Amino acid sequence: MRKTTIPVGYIPLVDAAPLFVAQDMGFAAQEGLSLDLKRAPSWSSLRDMLAFGQVDAAHMLAPVPVATALGLGSAGAPLDALMVLSLNGNVIGVGRDLAARLADNGHDFDFADAHKAGRALIKAAQSPLRIGVPFPFSMHAELLYYWLSALGFPAPQNINIRTVPPALMADALRAGEVDAFCVGEPWGSISVDQSEGSLLLPGSAIWKRAPEKVLAVRRDWANSETALSQRLIRAIWRACQWLSDPDSRILAADLLSRSGHLDLPADIIDRALIGPLTVTQQGLQRNAPGFLEFHKGSANFPWRSQAQWIALQLASRMGMERGEAMRSAAEVFRSDIYRSALRGTAAELPGASSKLEGANERVTSVPAETGTLILPPDRFFDGVIFDPYDCG
Amino acid sequence: MLRCSFTSARETGVCEIMPSQLSIVVVEADRDRALQIVDSLRTAGEYEIRVISEPTGLARQIQQHNPDMVLIDIENPSRDMLEELTLASGPKERAVAMFVDRSAAGLSAAAIEAGVSAYVVGGMMPERITPVLEAAIARFRLFQRMRTELAETKRALEDRKVIDRAKGMIMKARGVNEEQAYALLRKAAMDQNRRLAEVAQALVSSAGLLL
Repeated sequence: MRKTTIPVGYIPLVDAAPLFVAQDMGFAAQEGLSLDLKRAPSWSSLRDMLAFGQVDAAHMLAPVPVATALGLGSAGAPLDALMVLSLNGNVIGVGRDLAARLADNGHDFDFADAHKAGRALIKAAQSPLRIGVPFPFSMHAELLYYWLSALGFPAPQNINIRTVPPALMADALRAGEVDAFCVGEPWGSISVDQSEGSLLLPGSAIWKRAPEKVLAVRRDWANSETALSQRLIRAIWRACQWLSDPDSRILAADLLSRSGHLDLPADIIDRALIGPLTVTQQGLQRNAPGFLEFHKGSANFPWRSQAQWIALQLASRMGMERGEAMRSAAEVFRSDIYRSALRGTAAELPGASSKLEGANERVTSVPAETGTLILPPDRFFDGVIFDPYDCG
Repeated sequence: MLRCSFTSARETGVCEIMPSQLSIVVVEADRDRALQIVDSLRTAGEYEIRVISEPTGLARQIQQHNPDMVLIDIENPSRDMLEELTLASGPKERAVAMFVDRSAAGLSAAAIEAGVSAYVVGGMMPERITPVLEAAIARFRLFQRMRTELAETKRALEDRKVIDRAKGMIMKARGVNEEQAYALLRKAAMDQNRRLAEVAQALVSSAGLLL
């Protein structure tokens, strides 16, 4: 079969794994594709490379296509999300001074309880709290605002959220430019190893099923290259399925550590992929169940309600009209193309394309296109349920 | 989005009250490169140009200067800090946006290709931006070519060095002259369908084990 080459951009992070696996483990070839993987120096550059056609698809922060649809930021073309690449996988951490104050106040760094960690942080923080995130339009920023506001911390007024590129986070922490951070792996672990950082919480402690990265494409490409989009979705879906098998993780960590990919030691990548994470300089280790999910529980399905949740957060903070923002955001997560790509495969497709977010306290079965589908717990830490039909 | 702001700017007459001289901020840590960029912009017109070399608090620094346009190397990871500027004010009022006016035939794409990103304050007329961007693109293309040349030269030198070492080792081990040693290496490379330098590198690095 003749292969079609698709240029695909990524940022060097553990959650770019589905792209490497799709290419290196032959899932792309199975669909007659070859992924020409291009590393980008920053999220804004990657977004522009995508918008202006240097790449046709990209590993992208879930809020970026939504922000673009809302006219925020400065993308040159409308972007759509074909599928979710991963859920969660970020860590929230603090620098040396803040960690010492937390420890003095008796915080145990359990890396699990968002209420406890949040109250401890608010008590120990000096105002304004300076927190580094990789990009203004990111789940990092959204989860931080959500978490601290829900606990009564006057966010965004008393939080100074600063943009620090992931690879520079450890340096910014060491230089005292930020007091705390939220970043994707392996950069949180690197901050622990190199900059006396301590990890407070995994992102999953705030929202169990937060959409983290998506596969983004230009809207006109998605609409004109439907067959290619479908093949790409299938290839990456199979890569995600492979990644979800615990037996694959050691090989995946090794693959990611290679010089053409992340070019970092495999043992630091292991922490995110296999666990446990080292959360303090003293070597305290913690396991976080569901820390980074690539596939299970229909994780790859681009729920329109996920885009709407993101739009609601952005619109509320920017003072935009919420109903309109949520309507334009819903169209960005292309559950229609995802369904057409995976119908007839082993993938289970839900009956609806939108759902309540945060409503499942335990494993729940919902109607699928054929039969039923099992959805795992997806709670927010504060128990709030997001109803996409109730916010317009 | 920028198109909208052009229209709204024209309607509200924002363009008329803008200073006649464009102010440009160039973000570049390397002093020589910065000077070259400034020089090439000077040849394109009369501009007020400032260089920022320190990435700490980049967004804040730029906000202080309040320029009409920001130029930054795409390879610079600190570029993401500039995205904060798009949030600092209302998105439709004083947008600092990548130059995305589609009518400027491929100019943005050319800029990305050349490795420069340009942030432009919404409401500025395309004809004022074009010469600046063209000058910047030309300069960055040159940088890119130099970068490639440097990498290639370095590789060629390293290749030659490793081939020389491998040759020497073969000469010593097999008691052959230089020409014969080179012929042996070349044959091995052809048989294995690999680059000569790769075969030489493999020999040199595994020979270390035998010493």
